[in-house]
Parts: sequence; structure tokens; C-alpha cells
Amino acid sequence: MSRNGFDAIVIGGGHNGLVNAAYLARAGLRVLVLERRHLVGGAAVTEEVFPGFKYSVCSYVVSLLRPEIIRDLDLPTCGLEILPLESTLTPLPNGDHLVRWADHDLTRRELYRHSPRDADAYDDFGRLMHRLAFAVKPMLGMMPPDVTSLAPGDLAGLLRLGRYIRDLGSDRFHALVKLMTMSAADYLEEWFETEALKATMSASGIIGTFLGPRSPGTAYVLLHHYMGEIDGVFRAWGFARGGTGAVSEAIATAARRQGVTIRTGAGVARVVARGGRARGVVLESGEEIGARVVVSALDPKRTFLELVDPADLPGDLVHDIRRFRIRGSSGKVNLALGELPDFRCLPGFGPHLRGAVSISPSVEYLERAYDDAKYGAFSRHPYMDIVIPSMIDPGMAPPGRHVMSIFVQYAPYRLTGGWTDAQREAFGDTVIDTLAQYAPNLKSAILHRQVLTPADMERDMGLTEGNIFHGELSLHQLFALRPAAPWAQYRTPIAGYYQCGSGTHPGGGISGAPGRLGALRILKDLRV
Amino acid sequence: MLRTTPFHSRTAPLCQAQNWRRWAGFVVASSYELTHDREYWAIRSAAALLDVSPLYKYSVRGRDAARLLDRVVTRDIGRCAVGQVVYTPWCDEAGKVLDDGTVTRLEDGVFRLTAAEPNLRWLHDNNVGLEAEIEDVSDATAALAVQGPAAREILRHALDDDLDGLRFFRAMAGRVGDMPLTITRTGYTGDLGYELWFDARYAERMWDHVMKVGVSYGLTPAGMLALDMARIEAGLILLDVDYVPARKALIEARTSSPFELGLGWTVGLDKGFFVGQRALREERVRPSAWQLRGLEMDWDGLERLYAEVGLPVELPATAWRTSVPVYAGGDQVGYATSGCWSPLLKRYIALAHLRAPHTAPGTGLEMEVTVEHRRRRAPARVRELPFFHPERKRA
Repeated sequence: MSRNGFDAIVIGGGHNGLVNAAYLARAGLRVLVLERRHLVGGAAVTEEVFPGFKYSVCSYVVSLLRPEIIRDLDLPTCGLEILPLESTLTPLPNGDHLVRWADHDLTRRELYRHSPRDADAYDDFGRLMHRLAFAVKPMLGMMPPDVTSLAPGDLAGLLRLGRYIRDLGSDRFHALVKLMTMSAADYLEEWFETEALKATMSASGIIGTFLGPRSPGTAYVLLHHYMGEIDGVFRAWGFARGGTGAVSEAIATAARRQGVTIRTGAGVARVVARGGRARGVVLESGEEIGARVVVSALDPKRTFLELVDPADLPGDLVHDIRRFRIRGSSGKVNLALGELPDFRCLPGFGPHLRGAVSISPSVEYLERAYDDAKYGAFSRHPYMDIVIPSMIDPGMAPPGRHVMSIFVQYAPYRLTGGWTDAQREAFGDTVIDTLAQYAPNLKSAILHRQVLTPADMERDMGLTEGNIFHGELSLHQLFALRPAAPWAQYRTPIAGYYQCGSGTHPGGGISGAPGRLGALRILKDLRV
Repeated sequence: MLRTTPFHSRTAPLCQAQNWRRWAGFVVASSYELTHDREYWAIRSAAALLDVSPLYKYSVRGRDAARLLDRVVTRDIGRCAVGQVVYTPWCDEAGKVLDDGTVTRLEDGVFRLTAAEPNLRWLHDNNVGLEAEIEDVSDATAALAVQGPAAREILRHALDDDLDGLRFFRAMAGRVGDMPLTITRTGYTGDLGYELWFDARYAERMWDHVMKVGVSYGLTPAGMLALDMARIEAGLILLDVDYVPARKALIEARTSSPFELGLGWTVGLDKGFFVGQRALREERVRPSAWQLRGLEMDWDGLERLYAEVGLPVELPATAWRTSVPVYAGGDQVGYATSGCWSPLLKRYIALAHLRAPHTAPGTGLEMEVTVEHRRRRAPARVRELPFFHPERKRA
């Protein structure tokens, strides 16, 4: 233990940093978490931006949070409650709609209305993805082995990997290869004919990437989203009571119970490294705090290029990290509403308002939205994933009032002319105008709006280029290549300096898995 | 044809699932929606509206009303003040539980007793040499439970009265327009909650009013499937499921004393005479053979059993109500009577009757589970009840 009393310092109080700290403390280490903002959570925060209305400012749904973390940290007793999110509605420009409900028979009947063939295919597709997700899921919880190493740990990991793949059987293996190589749109084309179904499903392949539904590699992300599970049910999405910040708060409570000290308003300027070893950190205030372990929960760009001197790192790693793709592609609009949106396709109050609403009428619509972004503009007709959290947790807004969370893609980080205030408002207007075509009462219902561009997310949440996953979930940036080979096992070339953010395996989303696996690596190295 | 409750004209159109359950000769909704998930979550995260009219309700009034009730139930009714509610079991001469319910002291000589089973004859049989009038008001009285963290806020707006001062297990008279009612801060969910008791003639108007006010707070009609999970989390036992009432027990082994059901705290051994007192005094001096305890399945152990057959853990979607053997080493040392996966606590929990000395919280036992058609034993741990006890329940 160092003089001031901390064994480990975790930089960044987002969900992964907090999970990491909690696991380290659980093993007996004295841990300090340093968070730059006034509250913990990073991109998983709830803030009352407009009085009485709580926004899940950035991240807004939960699915990937690892059940073992919930158990190990006893998160339910720390206040974590995950409410089910039941349906996905895709309103269509012609006044029709497509809904996938929580109930299998209702969904089947709805798909049958659009295409009897798709209704059957949907069941088969679901079964295949479910079986694949079950087979591949253990990889989410394993340390990525170095494929070039002959160390016993890596070989054991490779053996396990080989066994998972062998056990897949040929049909699932072939499906896996297709998922790894094809575009989401092409892969879904093999299964379905209903345009709105293909589009809405392919949308989960593009979230958080700077790719379109026809870009190769996006099919894999479909599978990534099937791996979310709640209570043993795969592909279940939920909403945390109290908003996404409640997830971070629960993990912070668990961490404190284990004895972790959390300091907010404590931005870290740099990591102190001497003789190839991390010795502590220096805060933006100039204060220096020592520890033998320093963990960065920030993204790889910040972890390797800003917190430490790149001159202390191998050149090829520095180049790999510079090339690491972290292009922000999405924005967020949060609304306070005086009344519920009234959708032209399903007028009035109904259970569809308790689920997601996806503005994704066709694959072409999504691809055109991407086309705008490729050339430096935000989409004129963007893809949106919308939820009304107050319909699930009425505590998010005053009685009878509502909040709406709109995830918007594409909003490129590198906007032509840059993100000015005027551009931000123009982007917000585009989002509202697009949605108002489906829900005409929207504009008059708005009491307050918050628009977040990738530039805002970079500045406020510390997400480089505003990328919500700390780096795209494309194949060349996953598993043993996340963030760069051979540094995918949470270590860095500086002894005692570790990484545990979403830029490490298994990547983004509120899974907590990078935080946990990072902690297990550290504890193993320390022989705790 | 089974009977319908006074709220049926409201509950029937809501019951999309057409899923009904029998309760004391009535039909009540098992779940309104196709699955009960949202109704369950309403209890824990917003508020749920439950039709609990099938409960048996007795009015006991007169000079000796308190003495009569004191003779029957195990709690000391002399210590139940006006405006107070007590939960209590009552026993036969052998000290074995006949039923359990609540006693509310509405006025000095006016009580309401609720019960799961008919008890009119039992009350009359005990009303010897006493001046007490007993009336079965089961049909005349409608009852609604408003349960969940938003319950107080909803009723604050729905009632003409201020219920901020109404503490846990207290009662007050109230009014909604021209409709008088009694409000008790009670329920079967272990959460913040209230029960409303009123003339069955007002049933539909009361339902409409409470729903109208409650909807913007997330008030959701909930059925028995959701309630069953909530009451297991709250460690609350259910007659015919977790215990056999002594009247119905074909063999003595099926009967239970209050001590064996974890209800020792309700037994006023030193109060005046009550039915079963002598037997319970005797039982008190020697430890009870059985104890009702919580049991929590060990997740890793369960996962291992399923992994052996290549499956992810399959969790029960609803609460189960069957007798399931519990083992220590190779020997059966008890049985679980109801259990469920708690979506709130993220734990697989059960209520179990355990034989001494296997009752200490923390004791490692095994519970039978059926994994892919085979009976297996999964590790489980004894837990103190209740599993869930939020501060808001009493705050």
C-alpha cells in the first residue's frame, strides 16, 4: 500500500470504471475512483436538465449488463431495478405500421399481416440467433486469448474457443461465418421480404458505427444485440427504474459498500509513470495521488495517447491506436412532453407507447441516411430509436407528463463546417420534423428539448469523437483486436497501468464486462 | 357458475388474457395482460390495483367484541387501539393454525376480521356468555388494494382525506365524495400499500375514480400471478399452499403451529385465555420441530446442472405452488411449498418448512429441481424472511 492509502486508482467513474473498482475492492484492495464530472455514470447518467423531468441523457436502455456482475455485486440490493421494454413499433410513411410485441402470437399475427412467409421465417431466424447467442455468449465473459502466444493461459483460451466453435455444428457455424462477413441488410435479405422488418432489424447492426446497413461486417452486431439477456431470456431489453443513471448509482453504491472511495469533480490530467511503471496520477488541479495500480476506464485514444506520454509506448501500438476507429455517428435528443405523442398509424393511448419506436421504414431509408453522413452532413431523414421512459417508470416525469429519449443516427462527428450552436439546433429541428410526420402533435407537446451532438458528447461525457461504444464494434476491432493486438488483455506496455473501458473486449453497451474482466486480470497479476 | 366480484364489470373487459383464477368461490383475474410481468413490476416500481373482495370479512361488535376476538386469535386484542390493525393467526385447541387474517379496531366496540376461509361458525361457537354480535359482511363489503411505491401519492389525490399520518398497520375512516370508506395501511405485497374497504354498492364508482386518478402515476390493475410473486418476496404465507389449516388436515402431521410457521411473534401467551393457549405454552418450552424459512437457490449450482445438458438455466416464469423436497446431505430435512424467480431481487427464492437443526440462516442445503426431465438437487441456502423489506413499507 502506498503512503496515502490507495492500492489502485480507477480513472473515470462510468459504469465500467465503477465495476472495475468494486471487483478490486471486493478482493481487498483499497481503491479510489476519480471522476471528472460532478456525478458518476459517464455516458450512463440520469439528469434533471428541465425541472421535474429526468433524462437518461445518453445511454437509455439496458440489456447486456452481465448477470454475474449483478449477482457478484448484489446490485438489486443497491437499488438496481430493470423494467421490461416490451415492443418495437415501426411507423410507416403510408400510415401503416409494423409492431413486434413481447407476446409471440401477437407478433406472429402482425408479421403475417405483412408477409405470411416472414412470419414463419421470423421464428426460424429467432431460434438460430438464440442458439448462436447461447453458443457464443461465453466469449463475452472470457479474456480474449492472444492467438499468437503459446502461454498456457492463452492456449487454454484458444482451446475453449475451438470447443465453442466445434460445438456449433455446421448450420450454426455457417451462419456465424456469414454474420462475420456480410452486411446486416444482405444477411436479413436471405431471410425476410418485409421492408420495414429488414430495416428495423438491420438498424441494430449499425448503432454506434459509422457504417450503413449495406456495409459488410454490420451483420455481426445483430448477433451482439441478441446476447443481451434479462433473467435468462436472450434479447430482452429493459429500462432501469430511475433512468440509466440508476444503473451507475447502483454500481457506485456496491463499490462504496466494498470500501471504494469515489471522488467526483476530480479530472485526471495524466498518469505518472517512471521506469516503465505506473506510480499514480496527477489531477487537473495539480494534486498528485500515488498507487501501484492505475486503471483507465476511458477510451483507447485517451488511455494511450492523452493520459500517458506516447513516447513511453511502442511505436506500433501508438499507430494502431491512432488508427483505431472511433468515429462518432450518433446524436441524442431528449424531450420533455406535456402530452403523449399521438401516432398516425396507431392513434391514441396504447401499449405501443411502452416500447421502442423505430424510424426505419426501409433499408434504403437507412442507407440514404448514411449517405448524407458519408459526405459530412447529418441525415436529412435520420434513423431514430425512441423510447418514452415515463411510460415505463412514471417517476421520470411529473404525473401526466412525459419524457422522450430519441437516439439519432447519423450525426457525424466531422460535420462539414463543424458543430456550431446553429448546426445543433438545425439537427434538433430535423429530428423533430421527421418524427412529427408520424406523430403530428409532437411539436405542440414539447416543453423542453435537449440536443446532444457527437461534439457535445465528447466535451461533456469524455467520449472521443462522441463514439458511444469507445470505438466501433467492427470485426477488426473486436475480441483479441480490441483495442489493439497484443494489448487486448487489459494490460498496457506500462507495468501497473491497465485499461477497462468499452474500448476493450467485449465492447460497448452497459455490460460491465470490460470492467470486470479488467479487474480479474489485475487481481491475477497481483496474485490477490 | 362461479361468482364474480363487485368489480367484475370493470375487471372483465380489462382481462385481455382471459386468465381467471378461483378464490373462495369467486373468479378473479390471474393476469390482465397476456403476461403478468408488467403487473408484477407495477407493484414494485409504481402501484398496482388489486381486487381483494373474495376475502371473508366479519363484523364483530358489542360490549364483549374485544373479549370474543381475544378468545379466538393469538394476538392480544386488548392492546389493539382504535384505528389499529393487527395481523394474527388463530388456532384450534391443539394450538394448530386454523386460519390467518387481520383484525381492525374501527371503533371501541367495533372490529372487522378478515379471513381466508369461512369462520362464522367458529366465531359463534366461541361467542358463549359474551355480548358480541357477529355478522358476515363478506358480500356487502368490497375491497381494493393499492400497493406499491406510488400508492400514497395516488391516494393522496384520490381521497378527500389526509392520509399522511396513517402509519403502517393503522386504519382510518375516509370519504370519496358521497362514498364513505375505511382505509388500512396493509397489504399482501410487503410494499408500501393500502387497502380500501367500502360498501359493495360503490364498487364500480370507486374503481373508476381510483383508476382515473392513478393512471398518471402508473397505477396498473394486477392479478393473482403478480401478487403471488410479491407475497413470496415478502415472505407472507398462504393458506392451503404454505400450510394446511388444521380443520382440513387429514393427518396430524399436516397441521402447523404458529411457531412452526414463523408466527411466534403473534402469540400472546400471557394474555387471557384463548383457544390453543395451553398447547402453545407447552410448545414454547420445547423447541418446535419445524420452522418456516426462506430458501435461496445457489445460481452457480443451478447453472452447472443445466450446463450438463447443454442448456441455459430455465427459470420459472410464475410462482410455483407444489411441495418440493429439501435435503441436507442425503436426507430429506424439509420441503418447499412455494417459490419463484424474483425479477426484482434477481434471485430464485422459495418458502420452505425445515426440520431442526437445519434452520439457521446461512445453512447450506439442497432443493430438488427438474432439469430436462430429471430430478436433480441444486444447492440452496437458508435465508431469513422476508426476502424483500423496503424502508418505504413502514416509512
